[in-house]
Amino acid sequence: MEIIPLGDSALIVRVREQFEDAPDETLDEVRRVFQLLQRAAIPGVIELAPAYTSVAVFFDPDAILKTNRAASGAFEWLGTRIHSAVAGVGDRRRARRKTSPVIEIPVCYDREFAPDLDAVAKHAEISAQQVVDLHSTSEYRVACIGFVPGFTFLAGLPRNLGTPRRGVPRKEIPPGSVGIGGLQTGIYPLRSPGGWNLIGRTPLKLFDPFKNPPTLLHPGDRVRFCAITREEFESF
Amino acid sequence: MNGLVIRAGFLTSVQDLGRTGFRQFGVSTSGALDSFALRVANLLVGNDEGAAGLEITLGGLHLRFDDQRMVAWCGGEFDVQVGSRALPAGHVAHLKGGDELKFGRAQIGCRCWLAISGGIDVPVVLDSRSTDLRASFGGFEGRALRDGDQLSLAEFRRSETGATEKISSWTAPHDWTSPASRHPNLRFIRGVDWNRFNDVPIQRFTRDEFTVSADSDRMGVRFDGPELKREDETDLISEAVAPGTIQVPPSGKPILLLGDCQTIGGYPKIAHVITVDLAVAAQLRAGDHVRFSEVLLADAHCLLSERERDLERFRVGLGLQRS
Repeated sequence: MEIIPLGDSALIVRVREQFEDAPDETLDEVRRVFQLLQRAAIPGVIELAPAYTSVAVFFDPDAILKTNRAASGAFEWLGTRIHSAVAGVGDRRRARRKTSPVIEIPVCYDREFAPDLDAVAKHAEISAQQVVDLHSTSEYRVACIGFVPGFTFLAGLPRNLGTPRRGVPRKEIPPGSVGIGGLQTGIYPLRSPGGWNLIGRTPLKLFDPFKNPPTLLHPGDRVRFCAITREEFESF
Repeated sequence: MNGLVIRAGFLTSVQDLGRTGFRQFGVSTSGALDSFALRVANLLVGNDEGAAGLEITLGGLHLRFDDQRMVAWCGGEFDVQVGSRALPAGHVAHLKGGDELKFGRAQIGCRCWLAISGGIDVPVVLDSRSTDLRASFGGFEGRALRDGDQLSLAEFRRSETGATEKISSWTAPHDWTSPASRHPNLRFIRGVDWNRFNDVPIQRFTRDEFTVSADSDRMGVRFDGPELKREDETDLISEAVAPGTIQVPPSGKPILLLGDCQTIGGYPKIAHVITVDLAVAAQLRAGDHVRFSEVLLADAHCLLSERERDLERFRVGLGLQRS
């Protein structure tokens, strides 16, 4: 485990170097580090931000220096506290895998919502229906949330559905759009620009700033898409 | 109603010290791009440091007040008028009902922060009154101000100070109230991916001058000038970025991220501008020439702590003056 400064008021705890070779294990470990750091409530730490292989720790260096007056710097002091908080996290014997329930996301793969379904099918050399079947029967995990508030990057896309991002990103993508970008799939929660291939749309509201937590999905969550008809979409 | 926006100007938004605690959900910091300037302005008018104020970009804001208020602003070099009198940065103006406040164009720099006694009364969304302009929530209806908007101001409890001057003769320290420079220099510490760049881009980055591109906004400052190409073109795994991060996309043209930046990114991070210099970064505008100079992490922390001590003394001094 490596701890690297991300400027003077944040640092990155890099839990693993690789993601693709063991996505599930890596996400479990990142999640565990996130939870241990949260529980440790280290004074001066403001917030934590998990990603694929790392957890970023945002802190107030002045608060740390003021309360500790340690001979070592704020970064060194915090590094030591982080190391002891997450000691043993990679120990497989102790890592008990807690399988979280699978969250179902209804998606309408109707043509109108799926302008790039044919492009994905062509790239995978299968039919559009097969793309829908594959996409809606696989299990995914939320690797991280970012890009715009609530945008979920989902790992676990069947390899043959992997499709490069569009050469020219769209200027505006409707909220709820489900897309494929490279080896990932994800959901656009807000009207935003974007370069992923759009294959469907969910009627669910993925980001609501007036709720706390503001997102429906959280990093580490297990997700499955279930295909719904246009009528079901409209009556949601 | 306590304030009427007669002219909103180029881009004016309600901001406080930013939104923290929601990065894991992809929510950006937002907030005043120079949060220190807003803190100083707030202290000057007797507010809590974190009260919501206005961030004014390139000027043009014109307000009329309904009731008695104190106002102060910090930031770039703007011509600001209270009626027919000039209000320089860091001075406090005592306004009465009907008074108007006008921001002209920026001479140097591009942004300033206006604090109004009581603070701007907009709903708290995800623990902050800041406007998230990209995701359209928080602040004033989740958007920048428009001509004709009516601003509610919070009740101001402080008893009258008995000020006799319309505009205070005293002021806050000049380098706090006016951080913009004609020759900006940004101090940085080495980035997470510093070692992925070889000698040529590193020398360019630390020795050459970069020009601020017109394609810059609250998300980030883009630079033209020397290209910082990497030899190793392997894709990186996305991880956290923060305001101050300088990332280098494949074009080789660096981008300095500011308060509205996204929470994660996959471009290599060559450097991070230190927190105290974000005040300078927030003033960069198209055509400015910028240099970068390296400092050590411990020095960045010392500079930040010193500034906090100085602000603490200033706060105590203000209290004594008003008691």
